[in-house]
Amino acid sequence: MYVAVKGGEKAIKNAHDWLSQIRRGNTKISEIRINQLSEQLTLSVDRIISEGSLYDRELAALALKQSRGDLIEAIFLIRAFRTTLPRLATSKPINTSKMICKRRISATFKDIPGGQNLGPTFDYTHRLLDGLKGPKNLVMDTETDRAEDLDMPKILDLLNKEGLIEDQIDTLEEPIDITRSSIQYPTTRAARLQALSRADEGFLLGLAYSTQRGYGGTHAFIGELRIGLVAVNVEIPELEITITVAEIEVTECETINQFTGSKTELAKFTRGYGLVMGQCERKAISMALVDRALRWKELGESYQNVPTQNEEFVISHCDNIQSTGVVEHIKLPHYVDFQSELELVRKIRSQQMKD
Amino acid sequence: MDELKYNFAYLDEQTKKTIRRAILKGLSIPGYQVPFSSREMPMPYGWGTGGIQVTSSCIKQDDILKVIDQGSDDTTNAVSIRNFFKRVTNVQTTEDTNKATIIQTRHRIPETPLVEKQILIYQVPTPEPFRFLEPSEFETRKIHALKEYGIMHLKLYEDISKNGHISTSYNYPVLVDDNYISAPSPIPKFDNPKMNNNPAIQLFGAGREQRIYAIPPYTKVISLDFEDYPFEATKANALCQLCGATDSYLDEIIIDNAGGRMFVCSDTNYCQNNLLKKIDNP
Repeated sequence: MYVAVKGGEKAIKNAHDWLSQIRRGNTKISEIRINQLSEQLTLSVDRIISEGSLYDRELAALALKQSRGDLIEAIFLIRAFRTTLPRLATSKPINTSKMICKRRISATFKDIPGGQNLGPTFDYTHRLLDGLKGPKNLVMDTETDRAEDLDMPKILDLLNKEGLIEDQIDTLEEPIDITRSSIQYPTTRAARLQALSRADEGFLLGLAYSTQRGYGGTHAFIGELRIGLVAVNVEIPELEITITVAEIEVTECETINQFTGSKTELAKFTRGYGLVMGQCERKAISMALVDRALRWKELGESYQNVPTQNEEFVISHCDNIQSTGVVEHIKLPHYVDFQSELELVRKIRSQQMKD
Repeated sequence: MDELKYNFAYLDEQTKKTIRRAILKGLSIPGYQVPFSSREMPMPYGWGTGGIQVTSSCIKQDDILKVIDQGSDDTTNAVSIRNFFKRVTNVQTTEDTNKATIIQTRHRIPETPLVEKQILIYQVPTPEPFRFLEPSEFETRKIHALKEYGIMHLKLYEDISKNGHISTSYNYPVLVDDNYISAPSPIPKFDNPKMNNNPAIQLFGAGREQRIYAIPPYTKVISLDFEDYPFEATKANALCQLCGATDSYLDEIIIDNAGGRMFVCSDTNYCQNNLLKKIDNP
């Protein structure tokens, strides 16, 4: 009798067995290898790296495989692993003006010092399926030149020479680490940028879109978008030297936004900033738009009662691991709460019937 | 990397230390929500990550762990969390409330009275009792700082004027140590009186919301009410159809397609012990 209540242990085992079987799929088709994923589904791997906030292509590819291609599940696996890692050192800030760019464009200037460089972009492809044989693969000499010697100055710095854009002022405050202390509101831009950088791409995309459609109005141009490799440097205080411990790929987006001036400031352009690990262009652009919208108070703009002006709303709901956990947790049993609601509804009804 | 190795109880020692510091602060200021830097855990938020981190930080080799969800040791999530701790600590686990030194729970307090030296760890989804009256954390922290607690009584009063009685049946707000209003987590209000003057340590972990709070042993915990509408610990007006208990919280189980129902103890260990007693002394 009463099987529904006992048997959880067995049910879980069976579910896990089935899951691992279905993950493998038809065994007549060869099993996908981790390095195939990291080499050929690079943008999925990049998203896992960025939102999992752990730069490890091999682990990201492993997570992608283990999660049956469910990116949020894969990000979750990475986050759960990341949290166990010891912190050996804090690197110096990466220097994106020294980036070895594979893509670098500006939408505000026709030609720029160092040149417009499209890189491997989908932007001008025709979105036509390539047919059942799959996309054509062009095999090129893999020894492409590293654009190390090319001087690619930051476009916004050029504008700054004229005083037309706000200065980036280093507050010299030690930024909080949002993975080591909890965010308190109102928070700082540094904390917001950290949260946005690992935020869910879809959520940020929707928010960014809302600022363009009329919920807010921070009219943005892409001053510069660059994707490429940067060095991660660590200072060894005992030896008084700085060494490069890694080279990582990042996407950086700097927007130029209109600002008509306020009581205290002349009209000039303002900035939004997006920086994401891996090649995650859509995310970096969205991040820059949302960052700029969230800066309304600091710039003395008026409150328009839109979601992107509410930092608590944006930051507390942008993490997909948090969101998916709570949204999906209603799958778990709630017999006890529901039972107390049942009692209550019956009590109210019986009272109402008496009245 | 064939088999990844994890620290005892999953979290690294440094992290456990910071969590224990938050717990100690919580115990020193009963009912106060201490912010802590919650870590990602291998279970999703909403599955009990706060409770798991608290357990993880408190558990020692010689502890005996019991995990319940909805009062039962055998619901899927309780099984999963128990297995997690077996895997990462190898400690002894039990279903017997009396034998356990640490009990992690979701949505219930065991029927068997707890004793000194036991720790009851609650999984908490929303640590802020005022959250659904005031969505902003910035504002609710002010409410607690200034003890501007009037809106909670107003809410309860509005319930009475609309429905004739208070229509909060679980997560019923409590006043801890005559000081802070706290959320007891979504336990049915039937369980609220068990929090009062309890010999065990009660710890509350909210992972996603990054808060820990605590009730030290033998602390006064009262459920908010009015003189003319006193608090009532309600349950289904029935007895358990398995063990016959009249004093336990009951789950309602649909037993056939015609909607036939039976009531059974929500606390499966309590129910089983009652049944064993009956067999021993028929």
